[in-house]
Amino acid sequence: MLRGMAILLLMQLFGEGLSARFDLPIPGSVLGMGLLLCALLSGWVKPIWIEEAVDLLLAHMALFFVPAGVGVMVYFELISKEWLPISVALILSTFAVMAVTGHIEQALAARKGRHVE
Amino acid sequence: MWSELTAQPLFGIALTLCVYLGAQLLYQRLRTPLLTPVAVSIAVIIALLLAFKIPVADYQKGGRFILFLLGPSVVALALPLYNRRAEIYARRGPILAGVLAGALTSIVTASGLAWLLGASKTVVLSMAPKSVTTPIAIGIAEKIGGLPELTAPIVVLTGCLGAMCGPEFCRLIGIRSPAAAGLAVGTAAHGIGTARMLEVDRLSGAVAGLAIGLNGLVTAFLLPLLFLIFS
Repeated sequence: MLRGMAILLLMQLFGEGLSARFDLPIPGSVLGMGLLLCALLSGWVKPIWIEEAVDLLLAHMALFFVPAGVGVMVYFELISKEWLPISVALILSTFAVMAVTGHIEQALAARKGRHVE
Repeated sequence: MWSELTAQPLFGIALTLCVYLGAQLLYQRLRTPLLTPVAVSIAVIIALLLAFKIPVADYQKGGRFILFLLGPSVVALALPLYNRRAEIYARRGPILAGVLAGALTSIVTASGLAWLLGASKTVVLSMAPKSVTTPIAIGIAEKIGGLPELTAPIVVLTGCLGAMCGPEFCRLIGIRSPAAAGLAVGTAAHGIGTARMLEVDRLSGAVAGLAIGLNGLVTAFLLPLLFLIFS
C-alpha cells in the first residue's frame, strides 16, 4: 500500500514538473498517468507493487471530485445570468458527444473485427 | 462557537465524508442513477454552506485534503489501462477516431447551440472546452478569450450529467460494447464520468481514463486552431 502510494505520488510529481517546465496545457496528473503507463510497459514498475493503492483510490474516485465541485460552484451566479442557453447547449451537446463517440468507436471496431475473422 | 468548529480543516473533511456516505446510502436505496452520489453531495454541501452562512474558504481548508487525492487517482488510471492493454491496443484506430469525432462534436455543438440560443460571446467561448478535464479546459478558455470562472462550473456540470446518465444513455441508444461506452462517457464527461464508469465495468473505466487524456490533448490543439480560423 505504501509503496504503491509512493510510486503514484512520484509519477504525479514528475508529471507536474514536466507540465510546469515545458509550459504544457496538460495537467501533471494526466502526464503522470502516461509516465506510469510507460513505467509499467517497460517493466520498471511491477503491477503488484501498486495494485492495492490503485484499487483503493479508484474505488473512491468520485468522492475526490466533491470539494472541486463545491469550490467551482461559487461561480454559479455567473451561469445563472444566461442559464437557458447554457443548460440547453450543455445537455444536448453532452448527449451528442456520447452518441457520436460511442457509435463511431463501436462501428469501426465491429468492422475491424469482421476483417480479422 | 460555530465558527470555531467550521474553521478547522477537520470540518471540511468530516462534512464531505458524512454527506458522501449519506448520498451513497440514498443511491443504494433508490437505485436511480439521477441521484449519483457526487452530484448529490456537491448540491447538499453547497446548500448547507449557504444555509448556515459558512464561508466556502472555511470548507476548503479541509476540502483540499480530499481534493489532493484526485491527483494520484488520475495517475492510478494507468493500471487498468495497462491490464487491458491488449484489448485497447487492438482497438486503437476506432478509439482515436471516436475521440477525434467526439472532440469536434463537443466544440461545435456546445458553442454552436449556445450561440443559436442567443448567448453572449463570452459564454459561447467559455462553453467550447466543456467536455475536457477542468485544468485543461481552464487553460483553453483563457487562451481563446473565454472566462475560466464560467468554464469551470460548466465543466463540472457536464461531468455530473455524464456520470448521472452516461451508462444508461449508452445502453438506450445501442452502444453495447463496454469499450465504446467507456470511450463515450470519458470523452463527454472527463474524470467525473470516468469515476462512474469504473463502478460499472473495469474495461469501460480503463478506456474512459484514456479518453480523458486523449480528448484533453485533441481539444487543446484543435480548439485554438478552430478559433483562429473562425475569428
